[in-house]
Amino acid sequence: MKLWKTILAAAVLSLAAATSAFAARTDLTLGIVLEPPHLDPTAGAAAAIGEVTYANVFEGLTRIDDNGQVQPALAESWAVSDDGKVYTFKLHSGVKFHDGSAFSADDVKFSLDRARAKDSLNPQKQLFAHITDVAAVDPATVKVTLDGPQGGFLYDMGQVAAVIVAKGSADGNKDKPIGTGPFKLDHWAKGSEITLVKNPDYWGTPAALDKATFRIVPDAAAAVPALLSGDIQAFANMPAQDALAQVQSDPRFSVVIGATEGETILSINNKKPPFDKLAVRQALASAIDRNAIIAAASNGLGKPIGSHFSPGDAGYVDLTGVYPHDIAKAKAYLKEAGLENGFSATIKLPPVPYARDGGQVIQSQLKEIGVNLQIIPVEWAEWLSQVFTNKDYDLTIVSHVEPNDIDIYSRPGYYFQYDNPKFNDVIKELGTTVDKDKRLELLGEAQKILAHDVPAVYLFELPKIGVWDAKLQGMWTNWPIEADDLTKVKWTD
Amino acid sequence: MTAYLLKRLIIAALTLVLASMVVFAVMEILPGDPARLMLGLNASADQVEMLRNQMGLNAPLVLRYLHWAGGLLSLDFGRSYTYSVPVIDLVRERIAVSLPLALIALALSTIIAIPVGVFSASRQGRAGDTLAMGAAQLGVAVPNFWFALMLIYLFAVWLHLVPAGGFPGWGAGIWTALKSLILPAVALALPQAAILGRVARSALIEVLNEDYIRTARAKGLPYRAVLWRHALRNAMIPVLTILGLQFAFLLAGTIIIENVFYLPGLGRLIFQAITQRDLIVVESIVMLLVAAVILINLLVDFSYAIVDPRLRGRQ
Repeated sequence: MKLWKTILAAAVLSLAAATSAFAARTDLTLGIVLEPPHLDPTAGAAAAIGEVTYANVFEGLTRIDDNGQVQPALAESWAVSDDGKVYTFKLHSGVKFHDGSAFSADDVKFSLDRARAKDSLNPQKQLFAHITDVAAVDPATVKVTLDGPQGGFLYDMGQVAAVIVAKGSADGNKDKPIGTGPFKLDHWAKGSEITLVKNPDYWGTPAALDKATFRIVPDAAAAVPALLSGDIQAFANMPAQDALAQVQSDPRFSVVIGATEGETILSINNKKPPFDKLAVRQALASAIDRNAIIAAASNGLGKPIGSHFSPGDAGYVDLTGVYPHDIAKAKAYLKEAGLENGFSATIKLPPVPYARDGGQVIQSQLKEIGVNLQIIPVEWAEWLSQVFTNKDYDLTIVSHVEPNDIDIYSRPGYYFQYDNPKFNDVIKELGTTVDKDKRLELLGEAQKILAHDVPAVYLFELPKIGVWDAKLQGMWTNWPIEADDLTKVKWTD
Repeated sequence: MTAYLLKRLIIAALTLVLASMVVFAVMEILPGDPARLMLGLNASADQVEMLRNQMGLNAPLVLRYLHWAGGLLSLDFGRSYTYSVPVIDLVRERIAVSLPLALIALALSTIIAIPVGVFSASRQGRAGDTLAMGAAQLGVAVPNFWFALMLIYLFAVWLHLVPAGGFPGWGAGIWTALKSLILPAVALALPQAAILGRVARSALIEVLNEDYIRTARAKGLPYRAVLWRHALRNAMIPVLTILGLQFAFLLAGTIIIENVFYLPGLGRLIFQAITQRDLIVVESIVMLLVAAVILINLLVDFSYAIVDPRLRGRQ
């Protein structure tokens, strides 16, 4: 009898031990390089805000998935009128904000009206520019009227700055974000970490993780030991630099190189002589060797691009061969421009490795055709005021990380100072085209114009260097938008 | 003594006013618009202008200075542009990391440096001295971020004794919090100890050559007693001066170490505020640090009087 008891007890114990070993972990600590200044995506442009909050804390009518496709979110379905001007969204019912207040069509109306208001400080206000009216038909139906058909409207409503907020809590979202997402803010130790916990009242599929902590690791050198010691289990985009090989050879980690929407380009001041001459810009494009730049500025991981378009997006056309690397040709272009003896110019470099490292390579490459670049390192704040706002620059290197932003070349007053009526027409037509095939065709046309006209020299698409524990599943491979969507992330054994 | 104290206080106050003007002017000259930084590339010029108005950036320079300086007088440091919380809250959180870290590092550095200095001075020119000073030379030369990384690999990655970085907050328990400050404190303390040890050594050697030391030895006092009681006390003045400077440095000059250990300290807050053009945070913290440095200098002056009774009577 006694023996039986002992055996039974041992069996129960070992079973308990076995189950606890199988119960997967439910907490995750991610490293992020930059701390978000606040947590309100409708009030600030910093990408880190979206990284932490998008899909986790805040949701929009639609959402963008890992592949850049539009999926339903707070709107379970929608219908578009025949003229393409009226979108009727059917909303999910039983949705609650984190403070317990119920979500309804009024919140959608409030959020969209707030974003497009005259005094709106929404960083992507242009997304809402074509909305003329938002009406809450009933608590579960919203009707949005546009001034004309908008091909990208559903996509735009899934962007980070278009998330739905509640009237009662909108003003406090910077510090206490109140959204509808599967996670809610637990605490934010400023300068150190932001902790999200599972929202038990979530309307949709609950998250597998109970707790997710975003820890701020500003230093690339610190990122590797943080991973190796197990303090941090995932970097959605690791500031790996030279240390990547060290992690790659370690079977405990998955290293997943994905695409971002970051077109890294050599921007040209198109109105400033001699860059106002097409032949000069063609000379620059021909003198550049993309592979050497990619090797130096992105560890060889970036994908070469020939126009302002991500290779991961639908409609991409490979135009890297329009101006192949050819020094003799580049010199011929310079001669055509009457500058066979070369010229001097400046290049302003913001404080990111891809720009600072890439700038030096470009400097030496352009020297071969007699173009002498003087490198001027600038901080972001200086870059924004000197280059972006005052257009006081010759050349600069920057990554344009906003998704689907080929239209920036048609924006009046944009810092490229590029004005091509033909291109503007294509973008204008694209804006009002809803038909998918026609849109892709127009996007291709826009890419080709830029590739041939060289308003900027297109270098490479910024890679997303995902590094995480090999037992972790569900992290995004690509960054169609900068978001660390944790809704499907889970531990496996 | 009172007149002396009063004079010191007036000088301190004038220094503060002057510093506030310089700090404000420098941040004004610095190119970059905080509103544009917050709103990003897609915001229109109108929106940026609107935010500038909201932040009070469009008011005349003198008015803004007076508003800010007036706030400082009533200990109101204003609100951070980027975090949009009161600056004082940010500073309080950061000081809870930086102050203990600085104190631990300072204590460590003193505990190491003084015995090493005494040891070296008493064996001047002998093998032990050469070895100790060689080590000190190495301590000064080794970059502290590299040393910090070596510590991380050894104690966090390999031995798993402490976390590789980060700060859990004092709410997580004193021991847990202290554990994450040990490596950064060591990384900060060793180079400081190396400097301090060299200063202590040379100060002590100078004192040991004084006549009264010979007198003390001549009247039969053992060498040890002379060294620790008579010589060391007199050699403390340069040591205290350096300690004061090091403390001021450790409070906010530790940005590299804070980055390597991703600690939310004052140094990183200032750095972040500068890159984000959070002018009000930079200005307010720099003023706090100026005040701290002035205070530390006053304390050092007082401590001179404690170690050297001759200074007590003097004006």
